[in-house]
Amino acid sequence: MNPFHYERADNAAAAVALLAQSPTGTFLGGGTNLVDLMKLGVAQPELLVDVSRLPYDRIEPLVDGGLCIGAMVRNSDLAANRTVRTRYPMLAQALLAGASGQLRNLATTGGNLLQRTRCVYFQDASKPCNKRVPGSGCPARAGYHRNLAILGASESCIATHPSDMAVAMIALDATVRVLGPHGERIIPLTEFYRLPGDEPQRETVLEHGDLLTAVDLPPLPFAVHSRYRKVRDRASYAFALVSVAAALDLDDDGTIRDARIALGGVAPVPWRARRAEEMLRGAPATEATFRRAAEAELAAAQPLPGNAFKLPLARNTLVRTLLDLTRDVTDVTEGATR
Amino acid sequence: MTNLLTPTKETASANSTLGAALDRIDGPKKVTGAATYAYEHAVEHVTYAFPVQSTIAKGRIAAIDARAALALPGVLAVLSHENAPRLVATDGAEMAIFQSDAVAYHGQFVAAVVAETIETARQAAQLVTVHYEQQPHEAVLRAESADLYKPDHVNPFYETDTESGDIETALAQAAVTLDQTYTTPAEHNNPLEPHTTLAVWSDDGAHLTLYDANQGAYRIRDTVAQAFGLAPEQVRVISPYIGGAFGSKARVHPQVVLAVMAAQMVRRPAKVALTRQQMFSVAGYRTPTIQRIRLAAGADGKLTAIAHDVIEQTATIQEFAEQTALATRMMYAAPNRRTTHRLARLDMPVPAFMRAPGECPGMFALESAMDEMALACGLDPIEFRLRNEPQLDPETGRPFSTRGLVACLQEGARRFGWQQRDPRPGLRRDGRWLVGTGVAASTYPARRRPSSARVRVESDGRYTVAIAAADLGTGAWTALTQIAADALDVPLARVHLEIGDTALPAAQIAGGSMGTTSWGAAIVEAAQALRKRLHEEYHDIVPAAGLEATAETGDNPAAQQFAMHAYGAQFAEVRVNRDTGEVRVPRLLGVFAVGRIINAKTARSQLLGGMTMGLSMALHEESVLDPQFGDYVTHDFASYHIATNADVGAVEVAWIDEDDRHVSPMGAKGIGEIGIVGTAAAIANAVYHATGIRVRDLPITLDKLLPMLS
Ligand SMILES: Cc1cc2nc3c(=O)[nH]c(=O)nc-3n(C[C@H](O)[C@H](O)[C@H](O)COP(=O)(O)OP(=O)(O)OC[C@H]3O[C@@H](n4cnc5c(N)ncnc54)[C@H](O)[C@@H]3O)c2cc1C
Ligand code: SF4
Repeated sequence: MNPFHYERADNAAAAVALLAQSPTGTFLGGGTNLVDLMKLGVAQPELLVDVSRLPYDRIEPLVDGGLCIGAMVRNSDLAANRTVRTRYPMLAQALLAGASGQLRNLATTGGNLLQRTRCVYFQDASKPCNKRVPGSGCPARAGYHRNLAILGASESCIATHPSDMAVAMIALDATVRVLGPHGERIIPLTEFYRLPGDEPQRETVLEHGDLLTAVDLPPLPFAVHSRYRKVRDRASYAFALVSVAAALDLDDDGTIRDARIALGGVAPVPWRARRAEEMLRGAPATEATFRRAAEAELAAAQPLPGNAFKLPLARNTLVRTLLDLTRDVTDVTEGATR
Repeated sequence: MTNLLTPTKETASANSTLGAALDRIDGPKKVTGAATYAYEHAVEHVTYAFPVQSTIAKGRIAAIDARAALALPGVLAVLSHENAPRLVATDGAEMAIFQSDAVAYHGQFVAAVVAETIETARQAAQLVTVHYEQQPHEAVLRAESADLYKPDHVNPFYETDTESGDIETALAQAAVTLDQTYTTPAEHNNPLEPHTTLAVWSDDGAHLTLYDANQGAYRIRDTVAQAFGLAPEQVRVISPYIGGAFGSKARVHPQVVLAVMAAQMVRRPAKVALTRQQMFSVAGYRTPTIQRIRLAAGADGKLTAIAHDVIEQTATIQEFAEQTALATRMMYAAPNRRTTHRLARLDMPVPAFMRAPGECPGMFALESAMDEMALACGLDPIEFRLRNEPQLDPETGRPFSTRGLVACLQEGARRFGWQQRDPRPGLRRDGRWLVGTGVAASTYPARRRPSSARVRVESDGRYTVAIAAADLGTGAWTALTQIAADALDVPLARVHLEIGDTALPAAQIAGGSMGTTSWGAAIVEAAQALRKRLHEEYHDIVPAAGLEATAETGDNPAAQQFAMHAYGAQFAEVRVNRDTGEVRVPRLLGVFAVGRIINAKTARSQLLGGMTMGLSMALHEESVLDPQFGDYVTHDFASYHIATNADVGAVEVAWIDEDDRHVSPMGAKGIGEIGIVGTAAAIANAVYHATGIRVRDLPITLDKLLPMLS
């Protein structure tokens, strides 16, 4: 670990100003990802600006009926929030499916969105990796890529984004509030992450010194019927091989009015499944529909030998999650009419 | 007379706690942080060493540039082959760090920084530039490789191959045959406590003290003394508490040598603790195995041939030949038999002992094959095993000292509700889950080795028992105190135990499940000697100066007359998700015949822990090799999966009454390793029963099931 300076900012503007002066400096949230990477020599910031105690630690209703989640809200607090649990169950489930209780107590909303890939080469400073050292090569393609991407990857990088929380948030059409050296801006989460292309080191549209202050969730009433299903190599405490965040809005006759779907573990970004959503709208909520939608979404997949299993896994998991959701919705409507 | 000499429990004295479920006597110290582990010993002026590891798998070091590292404030020295002390003799080349410019595996220590703080040492290690002349390496174990060779023996001293009768003819003539290949991946031991050494030289350089995490202080002492040209008495190794080992702390690994060298170079105490990442290249691991099993049976379900041919790897610089087919030599009766071991010498880290080396991977193959063969013969897998139960050890012809396999299978069947089982696969469903059950046999050799112990009594009636035993977290502190109190026929509270220090009488390492039997035998003998002296010389009145007696046990003569093994039966219930292939194990049952149980609580923990590791082996553990680098690239617990609590369902542990005085005077056999043996096969067999899919390649991850499920 390299020596570094540590500063604790009193307010957001001061934090942004501090970092603006330090080209290799970075913000420190809960530190559960950043500090590990510093120990491994993967991250070598000269300055840490601790933002974890800035007053963005609240979860508050928005005037439009949505929810504003402070960027310093801890993952465990967010998962336990009553509004999140009842109105956006997929988000609470995604959070609880991630990491461990101890880690969630530390991890912040902002840090979770910005955590780095778990690609084993990225984390080993002795090996080449285009994301860590641009132009050095990508050994994962010919090497170990069981956990890596089948969608949205590029020649230069096939890493996956590891966050569970972000998958639920992107399905919910969340927006991110950013405070930068030039003021505040709001970025839809769907436009926040970048696909690797030939610049895998640039993972988001953020510029140096941009501070996340909040994530806003739109009201999206039908998200009360939502689920997060995570498939992994063990029952707990493992990153997703494939995950599905989905919400369904059904007519009384079982026609799909609207849907929100995102996939985790399959792409360099939390993957919003727009094609699948399109195919679902107006179609009957049947297994055949779900299967067609899943296949449409995955049609562009480019699996490698070591992760080809993710294709049937993602398809099956999406279909099953939508079937389970359909049952949730019908159970509720039947319960109401009875 | 001691209680241990009286075979029946009825006559045991009030002081005997043998078999009782006692809490660990070291428990309070551990939970309050008062138990001092190797890294925690406080010494003045300590320095820290951090290694630089090779980034190539084969070649030589062309140049080392340490200038930037040395320029860093707080850096005291950079060690490499250019300046390191020469070792006199080594126990294998893995420990011979910095002795030449040769690189034999990825991750080998090629240099190290010694500094005032661990942070500085680690930072400086990144600044050391090593230039290599790289050569092509071979890292992949292949069955078809032309370079496989036959080692002289397999670990530790067993015959490499055995053969009797005529396998080929038996296979050609049999009513039912099986010929299948089973594979297991490389696995890393991963004790929670990393490998750690603190080395302290005396000012005159005549004495060396090591605080070290190991499985046997004497073995470390002797190896280090030899390496540094010291007399054994000049070295003291202190290791009272160990945070797990699973075989990986049985011998001197490079960090011990690094600590000693660093302390020598800077003339101050030096500490080394491996990082989790480093533990994946220099602390041993289990070789991957490729195992071909051939079985032949008559229409009556009696085996006529058993062949087990093993291919596995070792390193170019040091041989470790895992005894994978060993258990096959005595598990089942058959007139025609054969076992072989062939090794590939690869440019890879040196494999070593890991959690029941031999039995653990070997019994996965054999017990999977037995399940397949039972089905092929149309027999229940338990019935099939009963039909092939040998009366004598099939290879040596010796009688078994005790053999509890049948009793374990039958008791397990009763507890598990096996009788109601429908053998047909793929039938039971619970929602989206397929449900199945499986069984496998378990075994581990029951041995003991020479050890010595000293027992001392004070005039106030307090006893001190001294032996250089090691408690790896297993419960030895408690079990040995119980054995001593029982042998002395005094209350437990009057016995004070001292272990983990070469200032104490020499003893066998904690390995091969031989700790309790070896140490217990020495303690019993010393206790008996003390009681005899006290009675004969002092008329049972302790002299004012106290009295002591020592004992040194030899080899167990019974080992020449009997086949001595522990046995068990493992049962598993599994659920396989039809959509995803996820495997869950809601229930495990292990029934063991392991001699007399010393402490029901710590014994249960040992067996339960072993079964849990077996589950972990079945479903999760795999060190993934990247052939391009010759490196296991899964370097942490996020990528090297070990079962979590959520993966472990109900685990029931039971044992049958057994008392084997041939193995040890306590009647006990070792219980450290048998728990892991057979679990993976029981789970694989249950997966087959649930799905109709036979996975012969561990671990059973969902991608191996998914294509056949949909
Ligand atoms: C063993 C382990 C298992 C895990 N398993 C999972 C899992 O299953 N699923 C999952 O989703 N996650 C998992 N995680 C990851 C965990 O969720 C993240 O480490 C955590 O969410 C990061 O949050 P943090 O606040 O600690 O971020 P930090 O480590 O503090 O920061 C991460 C990054 O975000 C930046 N940053 C932090 N806050 C801000 C801000 N407000 N504005 C701008 N930049 C900021 C930092 O500069 C840094 O680059 C696991 C982690 C570990 C160690
Ligand atoms: S996949 Fe991306 S992160 Fe992984 S090695 Fe390749 S470039 Fe690096």
